[in-house]
Amino acid sequence: MPGSETTVVMTPVVRDESTSGLLRELVAHLRQNRTQLREEWARRITEAKLLTAMSPEEVFAEATAVYDNYLEALETGSIEALETYARNLSERIIPRGVETNEVVGIVLLLRDVLARSLFAKYRRDFEQLDHILDAYEPAANRIAITVSVGFVQERERVIRQQQEAIRELSTPVLPVRERLLILPIIGIIDPQRARQLTEQLLRGIRVNRAKVVVMDITGVPAMDATVANHLVQTVEAARLLGATVIVTGLSPEIAQTLVNIGVDLGKMNTVGDMQGGIEEAERLLGYRVAPVVVETAAAAP
Amino acid sequence: MTVPILKQRDYLIASIQAALTDADLKHLRDALVAQVGDYRSRGVIVDVTALDVMDSFAVRTLRDLAHMTRLRGAETVIVGIQPEVAFAMTQLGLRLEGVAAALDLEEGLAYLDSRVKRGGMTRQRLEG
Amino acid sequence: MSQRVTVNNTGPMTDGVRLDRAQITVPITSDLDIVAARQRGRLLAVELGYTATQATLIATAISELARNIVLYATRGEILLTGANDGARVGIVVTARDQGPGIKDVPYAIAGGHSTSGGLGLGLAGVRRLMDVFEITSLLGQGTTVTVTSWKR
Repeated sequence: MPGSETTVVMTPVVRDESTSGLLRELVAHLRQNRTQLREEWARRITEAKLLTAMSPEEVFAEATAVYDNYLEALETGSIEALETYARNLSERIIPRGVETNEVVGIVLLLRDVLARSLFAKYRRDFEQLDHILDAYEPAANRIAITVSVGFVQERERVIRQQQEAIRELSTPVLPVRERLLILPIIGIIDPQRARQLTEQLLRGIRVNRAKVVVMDITGVPAMDATVANHLVQTVEAARLLGATVIVTGLSPEIAQTLVNIGVDLGKMNTVGDMQGGIEEAERLLGYRVAPVVVETAAAAP
Repeated sequence: MTVPILKQRDYLIASIQAALTDADLKHLRDALVAQVGDYRSRGVIVDVTALDVMDSFAVRTLRDLAHMTRLRGAETVIVGIQPEVAFAMTQLGLRLEGVAAALDLEEGLAYLDSRVKRGGMTRQRLEG
Repeated sequence: MSQRVTVNNTGPMTDGVRLDRAQITVPITSDLDIVAARQRGRLLAVELGYTATQATLIATAISELARNIVLYATRGEILLTGANDGARVGIVVTARDQGPGIKDVPYAIAGGHSTSGGLGLGLAGVRRLMDVFEITSLLGQGTTVTVTSWKR
């Protein structure tokens, strides 16, 4: 889904010559001490009980990749590669239950580990340390934000996807026999659900070439004017695709609401219960309903 | 752009091929109403599969078309309304009141056949 | 007398709505332009990744707004712009004319779910197709309708 994600506007980091020089020096130092700092970071992650869903080897592998991407971002000032990596990482670890605080936590730990190593290196030269930190801090913060935001965006995307899936599952459009669909609606209908339900039903009618739809609302606890009008719209939209909707399961309360708010029930084809609705549907489709003789005696043990 | 109108048995079939302007739609309506008389047609099918928008003007024109052809003895059925278009129409509050709709051409023909057959039977009874 | 009415179907408008710099302008002078305007709108919606259903809702709304221009103001224009409020992508459609203006704006956009509310301008319907609806009308000076649809 391009374009749907939260976009974060980063003010471009203006780098003058001295900053670039400092960052070069910084990156050279971090590259030199890569093995030790990486291990230090992984150790701190384990100590802080972050990323517990992952094995120590996995943590170390990811730590290495993040470390290298981190250095690259510091060096080039471009966070694109890191952004891509952060997205991939998030995709991999979200299904394993890694939480936002863990991701933010590990990035901040890396910032701390690297800052400490800078303190150690420059502790005899405070002025130089000051300059180095001036160059390091904005870059490091920018990287921390990039990784955290990448994770949160990915999580939002996953949540949206799940919501969509749940909504679709909550109103199944069931083809019961040729040209007949059943749409049992259970639970509260809000405008958003009504919209989604209508879209799904219309697609179902097209795909199954349905002529009749039995819409059972036994499981709908309450209805107000807005929802009732949505249902009337759904019925009309189905008719535009050549399908007749039979509404079943109107409770006495809902029937009263509909009459009170003046919904034109004359336009709606209503039958008491789902069984009656299906019989009516079969009549419309031209099927003859034959009584079924069940031989219970023979089936009994 | 003009919409070709085909004559098949007792029916007229108009297949819209692309987006139509208001003037095109009015022209189609007038042509169909005239030809129903010329050919003594019993049914009209308007295939709107190619229309990606049916706004208030289109709906009003098709509704008028259906009512006018009915007065001239022919039943009109609109076929091929896309699911998205049906959805937008109802959201907009537009109804094709008193106008038959069917999924596609085949369904539209089946619908007209059933109507005309029933109509024919009524006439026989009246005559006899 | 200028009248301005805003209807927001999606809760309070977030402050930080940014419009894309690129704007599509479609002059509206005849019913041919109605078709052109809605086709451009659909294209933009598809480019921004809208579903077919939402693209159709947007195209239908544009068609209604453009027709109002042709019918009541003779000429005007439709502006199409992509938008972003930080969390969502949207399309903003502005229909602008220097026509006679609307006398009773609240009446013109009234009409809950009935076929034709108010003056039969279809404005009530357009309101239902889009998420945010804003109209400013000045008698004798013209009307501007601005509608936004957020991508779902």
